Amino acid sequence: MTRKFKTLSVLAAGLTLALALGGCGGGSKSGGGDTVKLGGNLEMTGGSASYGISSKNAIELAIKQLNEKGGVNGKKLSLVVADNKSEATEATNAMQKLITQDKVAGVIGPNLSSAVIASTVVSGGAKTADIAPMATNPKVTVDDAGKVKPYNFRACFIDPFQGTVMARFALDTLHVKKAAIMIDNSSDYSKGLAQFFKEQFTKGGGTVVGEEVYLQKDTDFKATLTKLKSAGPDFLYIPGYYQEVGMIVKQAKELGLNVAMAGGDGWDSAKLAEIALPENLNNCYFSSLYSPDDDSALNKEFVAAYEKEYKAKPDVFAALSYDSTLLFAKAMEAAKSTDPEKIAAALETLDGFVGVSGPVKFDKFHNPIKAAVIIELKNGKQTFRTKVNP
Amino acid sequence: MNSLRKADLKALIAAAVLFAIIYGLLQADVIGAFWELNLVLIGINIILATSLNMINGYTGQFSIGHAGFLAVGAYVGAIMTVKLGFNMVAALLAGTAAAGLLGFLVGLPTLRLNGDYLAIATLGLGEIIRICILNIDYVGGAAGLMGIPRLTSFPLVFWIMVAILFFIKNFKNSAHGRACLAIRENEIAADTMGIDTTKYKVMAFTLGAAFAGTAGVLFSHYFFIAHPASFTFMRSFDILTMVVLGGLGSMTGSVMGAVVLTFISAALADFPQWRMIIYSLTMIILMLYRPQGLFGSKELSLQMFQSLKIGGKKK
Amino acid sequence: MDSGFMHQFVQQLINGVSLGSIYALIALGYTMIYGILKLINFAHGDVYMLGAYIGFFCTSMLKLSFLPSILVAMAGTALAGMIIERVAYRPMRNAPRIAILITAIGVSFFLENAMILFASPQPRTFPAVFTATVYHFGALVINSQQIVILVSAIVLMIALTYIVNYTKIGKAMRAVSFDADAARLMGINIDFVISMTFALGSALAGAGGVLVGIYYNSIEPLMGMVPGIKAFVAAVLGGIGIIPGAMMGGIILGVVEALVSGFLSSTFRDAAAFAILIIILLYKPQGLLGKNVREKV
Repeated sequence: MTRKFKTLSVLAAGLTLALALGGCGGGSKSGGGDTVKLGGNLEMTGGSASYGISSKNAIELAIKQLNEKGGVNGKKLSLVVADNKSEATEATNAMQKLITQDKVAGVIGPNLSSAVIASTVVSGGAKTADIAPMATNPKVTVDDAGKVKPYNFRACFIDPFQGTVMARFALDTLHVKKAAIMIDNSSDYSKGLAQFFKEQFTKGGGTVVGEEVYLQKDTDFKATLTKLKSAGPDFLYIPGYYQEVGMIVKQAKELGLNVAMAGGDGWDSAKLAEIALPENLNNCYFSSLYSPDDDSALNKEFVAAYEKEYKAKPDVFAALSYDSTLLFAKAMEAAKSTDPEKIAAALETLDGFVGVSGPVKFDKFHNPIKAAVIIELKNGKQTFRTKVNP
Repeated sequence: MNSLRKADLKALIAAAVLFAIIYGLLQADVIGAFWELNLVLIGINIILATSLNMINGYTGQFSIGHAGFLAVGAYVGAIMTVKLGFNMVAALLAGTAAAGLLGFLVGLPTLRLNGDYLAIATLGLGEIIRICILNIDYVGGAAGLMGIPRLTSFPLVFWIMVAILFFIKNFKNSAHGRACLAIRENEIAADTMGIDTTKYKVMAFTLGAAFAGTAGVLFSHYFFIAHPASFTFMRSFDILTMVVLGGLGSMTGSVMGAVVLTFISAALADFPQWRMIIYSLTMIILMLYRPQGLFGSKELSLQMFQSLKIGGKKK
Repeated sequence: MDSGFMHQFVQQLINGVSLGSIYALIALGYTMIYGILKLINFAHGDVYMLGAYIGFFCTSMLKLSFLPSILVAMAGTALAGMIIERVAYRPMRNAPRIAILITAIGVSFFLENAMILFASPQPRTFPAVFTATVYHFGALVINSQQIVILVSAIVLMIALTYIVNYTKIGKAMRAVSFDADAARLMGINIDFVISMTFALGSALAGAGGVLVGIYYNSIEPLMGMVPGIKAFVAAVLGGIGIIPGAMMGGIILGVVEALVSGFLSSTFRDAAAFAILIIILLYKPQGLLGKNVREKV
């Protein structure tokens, strides 16, 4: 038995040394030089891999364009991606690797709120700025005590705003009174939107007649929808992601639930119409912060470049990741430095930045102040309906 | 008996030396924060792999729901510190006890099943535990339980790991452990020999679950968050891969499996798309060409231990 | 109120049967393979995913119509099933059960992740190869695709029962299942029979994949995971190795899930499925249609 332990100890010690040496090797080649590294703590595998891949594409595009223009402060940018496997604990691990191994100047990502919240402890502890492109949970930039996390920013608006906006729109514009809600129980994003929608909707005189949950990757919603239909709603709020939403909308229409339906920015994908079929997407609305059809010159240029590079339209994850990269570039220019701490300080006071998703300025909780758009779907086509200011 | 204690003492000294080396390197900042994190992860994974090995390796019961017990430990431990304000020792005890209790309650009926059926049943149980957690708002539901203080440190993980390894080693050599081995080799024969098979199966299952709970407490108190997505079937599969890679029934094998796979996972962080493919291919190829795992099959490993012991005595 | 309840109940039964017929489609192949090899082919759900992708490729890239697409998908998955058996399972035939199960899990993960690598994790949508007509019976709603899936499942079940009970290869399959060594002594080519079983079972899964892809209009690399496990539950429920049992188990599971979602809460739907599995395993492990067989010492 001892021998076993001894062999083990020797092996483990050897391996540890190897690890340590590997660690040194990784550490020594970074720093200085004429490239600045940005980290991407992204969902490259796992259930949300499509977000991470969109983000990576857009960040690479932004870096390529910036480098063609001579880089930032005379230095070229480069991207180091660490996979967070769409998981909170792995995100912490990835954040640790990017900051201590790769010595990045700043980190973009993750996109999933839970992953950001877990990893902010690491980025905050290491005093490195992090911009989460699409993490909409309030706690991403604010800790449990309500204090802002000094090194954490986001490029999107937050859940309460989106839920509230849709409730107001449903009451004031669509004049509906009885809402049913379908919540994606595996997503805190969905739960957050539903909660704030419900609060605002009941405050404005509406009633919520049914509330049901589903899980990501579910495919059959007919049982739940039959139950909701029997409650007789005139509005269906589905704050989920397009893959399930598409199937929910299709199956709801098949069951004869012909009411107005709405959701959040998770609806924003060309796939939605493909899954739900265009004829089912009428009288449907969603709140978003970006539309690839937005006709600002900056956005048109971005969409054209993205389509040329990746043969697909950018989604909201791509757009906001692109903006996050530009935000870092701008902050580095303002700080005239690539020191992580100075970059964070520059982000805090950044003014006059305009990205493809519109102007961005951070409020005291590091949330960008930006308007929400309500997009109406007509035969599956996105049409701009109205803009709601914060 | 005396020689055994002497052997234990030697192993303990070896562990202390190993600890001193790693800790020294950590203090001298030779090992960066990233690898420190992975060292902690290796420690946690060793606990998980060796505890699963008690069930799958020693007793021959095929459980693939280990992530469920990890989750119970992680959540119960976090509730103790975050919600109820206890300290880490209480959290560790509560997490271990809760997972063990659940293992006992679950094991009692399901361990009547065998082979494939038990595998599927434990897979189902792991999923049920996760679905239940997802629906409890008290622990944050899908968002996970946040704001957990980092009370786990490398020394804590290391010494708990050493203690558990000693426990498992001694368990295997005890009368209880030999009863478990007998059940693995031939359940019906063991039954005929007067071994209370149900009792020992449940005992191994309960202990394995309890240690997974310990690992869970350490896990959630290192990563600040307990999140349902961390405890899916994938996690159970990861732990199983470690045990199988090292060799079912070999504790040192499980330890090596945990070290190697954690290391590979960290090293492949830059090739995310290939990671899972390499994992699954490793698994298939290993089963095809070396189903006994790196450290030998049951029969081989017994011989191996024997020859080691003889070698030790000669010395 | 009462008629409202009855109406909802009947609609939930319809929902349940249509969901259950999908489980049944996959469970048929599961049960066949288990019946002969005593192997939980964990990768079966992923073969179903593969079928959906081949069907998608045929309809969207090659512009084939429905029938040729489903035939190509069945041929493709049959081939895939045979390759999987040849490469991963055949060398393991005398290995411990645990080793084979681990290999099966490995194959399953390999198929899923290889598909993620080659086809991206993004969901794909089927082009509309046949349109769904919605029929209303009073307030009850049923869709032509649901009927197609149910009818396909029943037809395939009957065809399979016929093959297993009345053809030469079917006889050989039963012989191998009963006692492989004795079958070999009788001059049956076991490797060929097992290969054929995999081909047949996988082709069924492939057909299921295409039908489901069209029905839900969305396929993705991990689509086989949950249905695969549920189909296994269905097969165990009906009595594993028994072909009509798989059908029955699938329908019962679908109905239970629909009723749990409709009258309790959809959160407990999956937990209910696993609970059924555990209860069945504990109290009637041979399944609803199974005969009670004593384990031989």
